[in-house]
Amino acid sequence: MADLTKVVDAVYKGRLKEIQGLVQEALDTGAEPNTILDEALVKGMDVVTQKWKEGQVFVPEVLRSAKTMQSGMDILKPFLVKGSGEAKGVFAIGTVKGDLHDIGKNLVAMLLESVGYKVINLGIDLDPSVFVEQVEKGVKYLGISALLTTTIPQMKVIIDSLEEAGLRSKCKVWVGGAPVTQEYAEEIGADFYAVDAAHCIDQLNSLR
Amino acid sequence: MIVIGERINTSRKAINEALGRRDRVFFQEEARKQEAAGATFIDVNCGSRLKSEFEDFMWLVEAVQEVVSISLCLDSPDPKVLAEGLKRVNKRPLINSITLEKERYAALAPIIEGDAADVIGLCMDDTGIPNTSEKTVENALRLVEKLEGLGLKRSSIYLDPLVQPVSVDTENGKAALKSISTIMQSLPGVHTTCGLSNVSYGLPERFLVNRTFLVCAVAHGLDSAIIDPLDKKIMTSVITAEMIMGKDEYCGEFIDAMREGKLVS
Repeated sequence: MADLTKVVDAVYKGRLKEIQGLVQEALDTGAEPNTILDEALVKGMDVVTQKWKEGQVFVPEVLRSAKTMQSGMDILKPFLVKGSGEAKGVFAIGTVKGDLHDIGKNLVAMLLESVGYKVINLGIDLDPSVFVEQVEKGVKYLGISALLTTTIPQMKVIIDSLEEAGLRSKCKVWVGGAPVTQEYAEEIGADFYAVDAAHCIDQLNSLR
Repeated sequence: MIVIGERINTSRKAINEALGRRDRVFFQEEARKQEAAGATFIDVNCGSRLKSEFEDFMWLVEAVQEVVSISLCLDSPDPKVLAEGLKRVNKRPLINSITLEKERYAALAPIIEGDAADVIGLCMDDTGIPNTSEKTVENALRLVEKLEGLGLKRSSIYLDPLVQPVSVDTENGKAALKSISTIMQSLPGVHTTCGLSNVSYGLPERFLVNRTFLVCAVAHGLDSAIIDPLDKKIMTSVITAEMIMGKDEYCGEFIDAMREGKLVS
């Protein structure tokens, strides 16, 4: 029986050089590709994001783990049965109009991807209609980022636009960024305020 | 080093609360302490108070300038606040900040036209925050050309290269340092400045990262920074780095600072 703890550990510790060999070894010793994905690669990311939330690991380590996870996926992908390993859901994320910040948003996008969500990274300086379109297309999870006190009112504009289009109940809306607070999120009618990607992941998982 | 004292910012909880209760004595003490510790400008920022920023800002300007002999750094995301603030100050201030973003530039240009104030220029345009040093420098050159066209003296311009977190890309620190040295060489007379909190985002021991970056930046020609002048460790690093870079004749500042008990090792 394959020992998946080594793979979990390699993702958690970001062992880029070892991960592909370990995934191959797990396959060779009979582990199911889907099990390797869920019980090893994604689990390793869960461990690291949890520790990040607790302040025990730091951003560069999380990024290294995400890269390690992706590298493991490259070996695993050809073996995943069609239809399996499907995304947990689709999350569209972007930065509001007039705001050009993208580091935090990109971090969230990358980490959601690494724990199994399909992420549509919409970019920066976006018209409210771009967010609305995503929900029209069936996206159920929407992340809105703003880093300036002058641009966070745009978050409300987006939520109001969803309301007007009759789409508000079709999606869950996350807001985040340095000037955003829980109170502000509630005031403008967002579903969730996520202080960072780890909290966002927990909130998403709580919906499942 | 031109020190822009950053303490009066409502993103800090104690400051926000004091402003809520209009505690004049508190702010005057904050301002005095920063001047005594060696600040060149006192930054005033209440941008986090979305609904009452305008009135809050004018009250702060009034209260602070009553007790200090140095200039204010008027710091707001809202050009209207900056325009009114400029009318209320009794000493030539530093305006924080202008960028190459079309809308922001158009709103701020009339305020500073004819060298009406010193100004911090962020090296970014409508395409965003540059991710290479080349793009940062290109923005710096364009911004200075435009500001000089408005009648600003080069010595009135403080360029901020917008350092990005090293935690997300380990090239970011080096890129900012390269921008600083290239800007200082290609635009003689201009100032460079920066805040420090971005560089250490996502890392432990952030103050250590901030302080070490600042020393590196001074070594690359940085001549201003938005910092807490009451932080003895950071001020010690600044004073020492400037001496080592040959900016302290006969090491006078350094030795005086020692005598005044300002240095910590």
